[in-house]
Amino acid sequence: MTTLTQPEGQASPQDAGAPFLSVRDLYVQFATEDGTVKAVDGLSFDLERGKTLGIVGESGSGKSVTNLAVLGLHNPRNTTISGEIMLDGQELTGAPNRTLEKLRGNKMAMIFQDSLTALSPYYTVGRQIAEPFRKHTGASKKEARDRAIEMLRKVGIPQPQTRVDDFPHQFSGGMRQRAMIALALVCDPELLIADEPTTALDVTVQAQILDLLRDLQQETGTAIIFITHDLGVVANVCDDVLVMYAGRCVERGSVREILKTPQHPYAWGLLSSIPRLSASVDVPLQPIKGTPPSLLNPPSGCPFHPRCAFRDEVDGTLCQDERPPLVLDHGRGSACHLAAEQKQSIFAERIQPLLGRAG
Amino acid sequence: MSEPTLSGEHSPEPAKPNLAKPAAERPAGEPLLEVSGVTKHFPVLDGFLFKRQVGAVQAVDGVDFDVRAGESLGLVGESGCGKSTTGRLVTRLLEPTAGRISYRGQDITHANRKELAPIRSEIQMIFQDPYASLNPRQTVGSIISGPMEINGINPPGGREKRVRELLEIVGLNPEHYNRFPHEFSGGQRQRIGVARALALEPKLIVADEPVSALDVSIQAQVVNLLQDLQREMGIAFLFIAHDLAIVRHFSQRVAVMYLGKIVEIGDRADIYEGPRHPYTHALLSAAPEADPDDDRERIRLAGDVPSPINPPSGCRFRTRCWKAREKCADVEPPLVRLHGNGEGHLTACHFPEEPTTAGREQDVILDPALAAIEEA
Repeated sequence: MTTLTQPEGQASPQDAGAPFLSVRDLYVQFATEDGTVKAVDGLSFDLERGKTLGIVGESGSGKSVTNLAVLGLHNPRNTTISGEIMLDGQELTGAPNRTLEKLRGNKMAMIFQDSLTALSPYYTVGRQIAEPFRKHTGASKKEARDRAIEMLRKVGIPQPQTRVDDFPHQFSGGMRQRAMIALALVCDPELLIADEPTTALDVTVQAQILDLLRDLQQETGTAIIFITHDLGVVANVCDDVLVMYAGRCVERGSVREILKTPQHPYAWGLLSSIPRLSASVDVPLQPIKGTPPSLLNPPSGCPFHPRCAFRDEVDGTLCQDERPPLVLDHGRGSACHLAAEQKQSIFAERIQPLLGRAG
Repeated sequence: MSEPTLSGEHSPEPAKPNLAKPAAERPAGEPLLEVSGVTKHFPVLDGFLFKRQVGAVQAVDGVDFDVRAGESLGLVGESGCGKSTTGRLVTRLLEPTAGRISYRGQDITHANRKELAPIRSEIQMIFQDPYASLNPRQTVGSIISGPMEINGINPPGGREKRVRELLEIVGLNPEHYNRFPHEFSGGQRQRIGVARALALEPKLIVADEPVSALDVSIQAQVVNLLQDLQREMGIAFLFIAHDLAIVRHFSQRVAVMYLGKIVEIGDRADIYEGPRHPYTHALLSAAPEADPDDDRERIRLAGDVPSPINPPSGCRFRTRCWKAREKCADVEPPLVRLHGNGEGHLTACHFPEEPTTAGREQDVILDPALAAIEEA
C-alpha cells in the first residue's frame, strides 16, 4: 500500500522568501440589477506551506467569494476581479482558464460545505474521485480506481473496495464529507480550501472530520484555508486567523492572539456573543447590536462603525469618515481607529470579564 | 423502576452540590407538562398499488420527562435523535403512537382539535427557519394577530395595539406593523416568530432550534431575548438545540437524546460537569470550544448515528460505545438514578462513567482512520 507522496513543498526551502500563497489588494465586485456588490474590498493575506489559515466572518462577509476567486471559479461575465493572487510564484488573477484547469483539483483543491449538492448524484463516488486523478496524472482506469479505494480507506470509509461503487446518496452525511475530502486530496494538492466543511455535520462527526483533516495535513504538508463562522472550530484547527467583515479584513493574527487578546471591536463582539462550556452561566451574552451591512451600499469609513460600541472613544467623526488601515506587525494587526493603548485597556477592563473564563 | 444497575464500582462520593443558587435556578413550579413513555413510529411503506408497511422509523421510542412551570428544559442530541419530533409531539402537531402526554394534569395524548384548542393557546412554538415559518403574503401585523383572531381574543385597546406592544417587547419597531416578512433580516424575522408565540400569553414555549439558522452575532440577541422572556414572564421552555453551549446557557435542566431515547437527564451542573453516560461525555468532548488552551480529553467516536429504522438491540449507543460489553446488546439499560448521582439526575447505562469530567484524561479514539494516522 502506497502512502500519500510527500509534496515537493516540504523539501523546497529555497523559496522560503516568497510565501506559498499570497493575495494582494484583492477586489471582487459583482454587477447586479441593484448596483455593484463589493463582495471583497481590498483583501491581502499570505499563507505558508503546511499552515492553516482560518477565515472567520458572518454570512455575506466575503469569505467564500475570496476563495472562489483564488480558484478562479467566478463567472467572468458579471464579476470584476482585481489585485494579485500568487500561488507558488504563479499569478492566478486573469490567468487563462486552461492554466487554471491544470491547477484546480491538482495543485489546489476545495472541500465544499454541502456534500450532497457538491457531489454528482449521477456518478459513483469512486468515479468522481478517480476522474481528477486520471485527468491530472494520466493514470489508467484501473490505477485511478485503486487510487480511489486507497483514498477512501485513508479517510476512514469502511469496506472501501465495495463502497467505491456506491452512489453519493448511499453514503451518510459524515461519509459523504469524508468522500469529499478524499476527492479533494486525491492529487496531493498543495493548497486545500475548506469552505465550512463541517457546518452541516453533527458535533461528534465534526470532531472526527476536523481531527482527520489536521492529521492528514501533518502527513502531507498541505496548506489549508479554512472558512468557518465557528470560533470553536478555529481554535481547533487553525494556526492563523483572518477576521472578515463587509469584504475587508478587520483583524489578523495567530489563533492565540485572536482568541485570547483580540483588538478589533468586531472580534470582541464575536467572542462575547458566543456561550462557552467553560464560562459561568451567570454571565450574560453580549451581542453585537444591529445587523451586517449591505454590500451594495456599505457604510462610509469603517464598515463596522454603525454597530460599534466603542466609536465614541475615537475623536470626532474619524470612524464615519475614514477607513482605518490594517497595519500589520509580524502578521498581527487590526483595522480600527482606536489607539493601541485604548484597545488594550478596553479589552482588559470591559471585554475580558464578559468572556467569563474560569481562571 | 428497578434498582440502579450499577453501584459501588466507584467511590461513594456524595453528589456534587448543585449550582451556586439552587433556589433561584429552580423557579420550583408544579409540573406543567408530563411526558411518559411517549413513542412515535413513522411507518415505512412499500409496494405498488397496495402499500403495506415494511418497517417503522422509530423516531421517538419511549421518552419520559416533565417540564415545570417557569423552567427551561434543554433537549440536545444529534440530527435524527428525535428531538424535533418530541417537540412536535408535545405541541400535538403529531399524534403519539404510544405513551401519555399531559398538560397540567389533563391528558392530551389523543385529544381532538376541540379539546386541544384551549391548551394550544398555552403551548406555543418557535420554529427553526425564520424564512419558512412566516407567511410571505401576510403583513407582520396579521401574522402576529393571527393567533388572537383564531382564538377570538380581543385584548383591551384592540389587537393592533397589542401587536404593537408585542413588537416592542421583542425589540422591533412598532411602526413596522404593516411591513412584510421579506423586509426584515433573519434575526428580525425570528423576533417576529417570537412575538407570534407570545401573542396568546403562553405558559410553555417549545423552541425548536430557534437560533441555529442565525449568524453568530445575531444568535446572542435572540438568546438574550428568550432568556428575558423566561425570567420576566415566567414562561417555561422546552429548548431544542444541537449546540451544547447554548443549551447550557439557556436551560436549567438538560435531557440528552440518542436515537429516539433519552440517555441522560439532569440539572445543568450534573450533565455538564458530571456526565455519567458515555454518549454525553463524547458529545461534550466533541463540542469545539473557542479556546486555544482547551485541553479536554478527546473522545472521537467511529462512524455516524445508525438508522432509526433498525436501531441496535439493547442499548442503542452500544455500536459506537467504547465501554460496550455483551450485556449492552442484550439488555436495554433503564433510565435510573445511579449511585452517586444527584436528585433528578437519571442515566441509562450499564457501565457508566465516573461522575466527574476530571481524571479521565485519556483520549479515546475509535475512528479507524484517525487511529491509523495517529499511530503512524
